[in-house]
Amino acid sequence: MCSLPVPQEPLRRVVVTGGTHGNEMSGVYLARHWLRTPVDLQRPSFSALPMLANPAATAVCRRYIGHDLNRTFTNTFLISKATPDEPYEVTRARELNQLLGPKSSSQAFDFLLDLHNTTANMGTCFITKATDVFAIHLCHHLQLKNPKLPSRVLVYQLSQDETYSLDSVAKHGMTLELGPQAQGVLRADLFSQMRSLVASSLDFIELFNQGTAFPAFEMEVYRFLGCEDFPHTEDGDLAGMVHPQLQDRDFEPLRPGTPVFQMFSGEDVLYKGDSTVYPVFINEAAYYEKNIAFMKSEKLLVSIPALPGLTPVPTPLT
Amino acid sequence: MTEKPIKKIAIFGGTHGNELTGVFLVKHWLQDGAEIQRTGLEVKPFISNPRAVKKCLRYIDCDLNRVFDLENLGKKMSEDLPYEVRRAQEINHLFGQKNSEDSYDIIFDLHNTTSNMGCTLILEDSKNDFLIQMFHYIKTSLAPLPCYVYLIEHPSLKYATTRSIAKYPVGIEVGPQPQGVLRADILDQMRKMIKHALDFIHQFNQGKEFPPCAIEAYKIMEKVDFPRNENGEIAAIIHPNLQMKPQPQHRGLHYGKTGDEPSPFTQMAACLLWTCMCMKKAVCLCSGHPKTKYIILTSSPKAQDLFLSF
Ligand SMILES: [Zn+2]
Ligand SMILES: [Zn+2]
Repeated sequence: MCSLPVPQEPLRRVVVTGGTHGNEMSGVYLARHWLRTPVDLQRPSFSALPMLANPAATAVCRRYIGHDLNRTFTNTFLISKATPDEPYEVTRARELNQLLGPKSSSQAFDFLLDLHNTTANMGTCFITKATDVFAIHLCHHLQLKNPKLPSRVLVYQLSQDETYSLDSVAKHGMTLELGPQAQGVLRADLFSQMRSLVASSLDFIELFNQGTAFPAFEMEVYRFLGCEDFPHTEDGDLAGMVHPQLQDRDFEPLRPGTPVFQMFSGEDVLYKGDSTVYPVFINEAAYYEKNIAFMKSEKLLVSIPALPGLTPVPTPLT
Repeated sequence: MTEKPIKKIAIFGGTHGNELTGVFLVKHWLQDGAEIQRTGLEVKPFISNPRAVKKCLRYIDCDLNRVFDLENLGKKMSEDLPYEVRRAQEINHLFGQKNSEDSYDIIFDLHNTTSNMGCTLILEDSKNDFLIQMFHYIKTSLAPLPCYVYLIEHPSLKYATTRSIAKYPVGIEVGPQPQGVLRADILDQMRKMIKHALDFIHQFNQGKEFPPCAIEAYKIMEKVDFPRNENGEIAAIIHPNLQMKPQPQHRGLHYGKTGDEPSPFTQMAACLLWTCMCMKKAVCLCSGHPKTKYIILTSSPKAQDLFLSF
């Protein structure tokens, strides 16, 4: 798959979104805070726009009202005709596409940073498209700036037509996923961590806008492979739970034959895959309804080409 | 202590539909109840708020764990009543009536919290010798795993719980576990608490003597709200020093009013300043023949607003 072209001009239109899922509180409260005090998001060459992506779900502290907003940015939804009984998020996705997109167009925002939490023990995780070289440079920059903070880069490989998440509306984008934090709960440690990662992200964009070039590098990334369902009873209920030996072990190798589930009756269920995988989003609350106990990824070492510096053009002061 | 043997016991799961440990333990026991059966006891596992469980929400219209007061239970049944009020009347009919001779002897109500409360037993009445003995037995059997007793006896803060229709209501709260998540370690702890409780009742029914005992309990003092801005939104968050602290070292941190002590909240905006509010005190509950009771005033290790998550 070809890489996305890297930006040839400064990124001036940058948006930071929280509350895409209305019960993931770090982003909700950061967005609310910045809406009152936007000065934190200003840099010499641009001012990032703070935004609450799903205000209706945020108001009732739910992930979504009628449909998961972060699965709604497909062309099918975005170009569909509005109907009175469509889920709230379909309407909202079209609205956001108008404001921040349109997706895949030259008018789209340059960069979208989307803030999320997970109940899984994912630590600090950056999620982006495998082809977005600019975003992967950003991830690398965040890792270099925070050597004491273990963080991982999780990539997915989808064509622009298949992408469905909010960050796919902008030309470049990244999702910041911090955990573990229960839904509806605000933890000070994750809140300040997210705040400083957003600040460093804006600093990186500023450096790029000022003409800084970033050299090529090699990097460990995790690539999504697929999902694993829970064991179920005949009537579709859960028959077991994530095994204590797998719980909280996100990004650690899972070998065939090791226990993945513990049945309520007591016996263990072993992992049947034929190769080692790296489980992520283990026991995420929001994925029970999607029948996902955890997602599988592979660990890869990838070579990322250099990000050339912008050719200097006089910056008009506005 | 009670003179009559205990006969009828219910175990409620899903009073809050997104607290999954009780939901899945009860569902499992409805399929296979061998582990909760004891000779001479009728033990009934029961999903108390099935609609909220189905949707994985705390409740549908209102909190089921707050509507078992005589006013709500006495309301004329109608489709316009909130779902949980109607459900409360059904539950009262099945397991009550509240304050009547026919009511169930014991209801265990299974809850989870997102707070780091570990295993907690909730007591509604500090003079209930039978439950103090039971809690003592559970604590001793679980050791070295800590198990706390939380007393909600308070003139204004006590609420009309689902389990309050039984003669002996027992709340069981295990955390931390996010809403909508099922953790094997938490499930195992709750399962053990129920096992020890049933063993105690079984031994009690067989006439075993339990010598006088004392347990430490944490008594509710006041609810501590978050600092809020003029729009009513939360303006600060629980301070990291308070969140998830290992319990013993944490004693004393949040009880003083002297102002030197760290605030439990960290500000989102530096211009906001909030002072520490005082929390709870520990009381010592005693049971047995000498009917003495004494209170030790110390600070609570669990200073986080426990009330928010029940
Ligand atoms: Zn999310
Ligand atoms: Zn509860």
